[in-house]
Amino acid sequence: MTKGIYLDNNATTMVDPKIVEKMLPFFSEQFGNPSSMHNFGNKVGHALKTARKNIQKLIGAEHDSEIIFTSCGTEADSTAILSALKAQPDRKEIIITVVEHPAVLTLCEQLEKDGYIVHKLEVDAKGRLDLNKYNSLLSDQTAIVSVMWANNETGTLFPVIEMAEMAFKAGVLFHTDAVQAVGKVPIDLQSTKIDMLSISGHKLHAPKGIGVLYLRRGTRFRPLLRGGHQERGRRAGTENTASIVALGEAAKMAMEYMNHENTYVKALRDKLEDGILKAVPNAFVTGDPDNRLPNTSNIAFEYIEGEAILMLLNKEGIAASSGSACTSGSLEPSHVMRAMGIPYTAAHGSVRFSFSRYNTEKEVDAVIEAVPMIMEKLRKLSPYWGDNGPVEEPEKAFQPTYA
Amino acid sequence: MWDYSEKVKEHFFDPKNAGAVENANAIGEVGSISCGDALRLTLRVDEGNDVIEDAGFQTFGCGSAIASSSALTEIIKGMTVDKALDVTNQDIADFLDGLPPEKMHCSVMGREALQAAVANYRGEEWEDDHEEGALICKCFAIDAVMIEDTVRANNLSTVEEVTNYTKAGGGCSSCHEGIEEILTMVMAERGESFNAAAKAPAKQKPAPAAASGMTSLQRIRRIEMVLESMRPTLKADGGDVELVEVEGNTIYVNMIGACSGCQLASATLGGIQQRLMEELGEFIKVVPASQMPQAMKAGG
Repeated sequence: MTKGIYLDNNATTMVDPKIVEKMLPFFSEQFGNPSSMHNFGNKVGHALKTARKNIQKLIGAEHDSEIIFTSCGTEADSTAILSALKAQPDRKEIIITVVEHPAVLTLCEQLEKDGYIVHKLEVDAKGRLDLNKYNSLLSDQTAIVSVMWANNETGTLFPVIEMAEMAFKAGVLFHTDAVQAVGKVPIDLQSTKIDMLSISGHKLHAPKGIGVLYLRRGTRFRPLLRGGHQERGRRAGTENTASIVALGEAAKMAMEYMNHENTYVKALRDKLEDGILKAVPNAFVTGDPDNRLPNTSNIAFEYIEGEAILMLLNKEGIAASSGSACTSGSLEPSHVMRAMGIPYTAAHGSVRFSFSRYNTEKEVDAVIEAVPMIMEKLRKLSPYWGDNGPVEEPEKAFQPTYA
Repeated sequence: MWDYSEKVKEHFFDPKNAGAVENANAIGEVGSISCGDALRLTLRVDEGNDVIEDAGFQTFGCGSAIASSSALTEIIKGMTVDKALDVTNQDIADFLDGLPPEKMHCSVMGREALQAAVANYRGEEWEDDHEEGALICKCFAIDAVMIEDTVRANNLSTVEEVTNYTKAGGGCSSCHEGIEEILTMVMAERGESFNAAAKAPAKQKPAPAAASGMTSLQRIRRIEMVLESMRPTLKADGGDVELVEVEGNTIYVNMIGACSGCQLASATLGGIQQRLMEELGEFIKVVPASQMPQAMKAGG
């Protein structure tokens, strides 16, 4: 394993070595096509069934046939939204939030160009939605609502169960991109009105390149990929057997560690956050600290820029990520930070620390030790920073000509 | 993660001339807080001979913004103000052994801070004429504003024309959708609609048989001809290309001037390779002469 402290688990996670072991036979002995009639794949079909059952259990689905394997979370999102539009050609409106992942946001922006009306629910300073506003948008014109279960940048949880009830009452389909939530918070879909839900394997210690669309039995559906009979004709293409097996194992382990995640991992996160906020001035937590994933902490460091922070963290062997424009090569800081009204001078300096069950308290101590020096070093370079803190009225003291 | 040169990392981790210069008599503040890059450059200029005695920077920005600021101050210290104004953003990038295309604007910011500081020293007003848009073409670092302005000014209506005027879209071609969107928008302003079929007819690819029909001398001449036709574009950027050796399907070239060490060199090589394949009608690999096997170099 690479040396260093990995606190970027919302980006992707390590595949558990036990899971890798379970995958390997499906590349060699059991490489057969599950659809074939010979011994090279005779165990594959059974293994897929076990995996499907494990995932069904993790998300509390009523039937295992409600699990459709896809190539990733993005494919699951696209399948859900495009299916709703195709199945209900008279409905031309979509409701999402401004803080969705690009997998939903960019797709919907494209659909806008194609003539659909996309309502984007705004968030308040803590990243929370206005449910009255949401209710007023639901109509017989709405094809689908797609709201993420938890935000990937801040970890803020959305009231998707309540929102799905409201959609159900209005006769509207409800989809949730739950790639950050599955495995970290308990989910019991059969007791909700959620029609569709997306999972991404690599967010819960399965490999990249495998995802799931949960599709409630009876939900009207139109496949994205047509072809063979795989996944009961709802997602054609030969199954990614080794990765499906891995995701099944990952689901099983996630259930075992669910309590650990919400106690021990959460405590590590809280310790790191408290430690940093005590040691670094002009820093604050973004999102809703009282209602978020147990593993995520997003801290905005004022008057310095995120990519520079990440490079210095990386030098100390610490991996995190940032909402700055520069880390993505775009011209604006994270849309999530902007949606919450975080000023540019802080949004560019937002850093996300995201934990997994493999992190330790020793690592947390090391990060608390390293962070203050890094921020101090960069602030010394900042035109907004004086000898002992921000200069007086920073936004007035430094007003660069736009270039 | 960005592919930063060692020099960029050096100037980021251990920046030179950080902080404000005392008794500065030239100050330039440029950048955009929304984009996340802004810089204050302070200089102390000897008013007798106009020599920059000391330079310091304070930067809010990413790794390459800080490295570009550090590089700028190192380059201009000891120069006269006039000489310093000749420093281009490419000079700053070269000093750092190149910057990724997405980060070239950091070097532009450095140059602009210098212009602003000099204007301040001379008691002039500095006006910025440069507006930056979202990066569309990553091969040649061309942004949306540049494409929009060019399409508007020259009444362009096809992707091919945009490539001819700006180079955008001339490399890997993944940005053609983005270029088409800009064309659609700007053409709508002048009451036209974008028509993908209006493209100039695709160049006829020579039949593969043409390749085998050539003597090796004819073939090399043809290769020279293709390079010659691409030369004006390269020269416009201060670079050039030289044919070194032809070995079967592998063509060794030297990138000269601004092209050598340029981050876009590989994109440029790709462009040359594409043109050669089209012209010769065979598979061609264009490789920098530096990667030529030793034995071949010795043999000439």
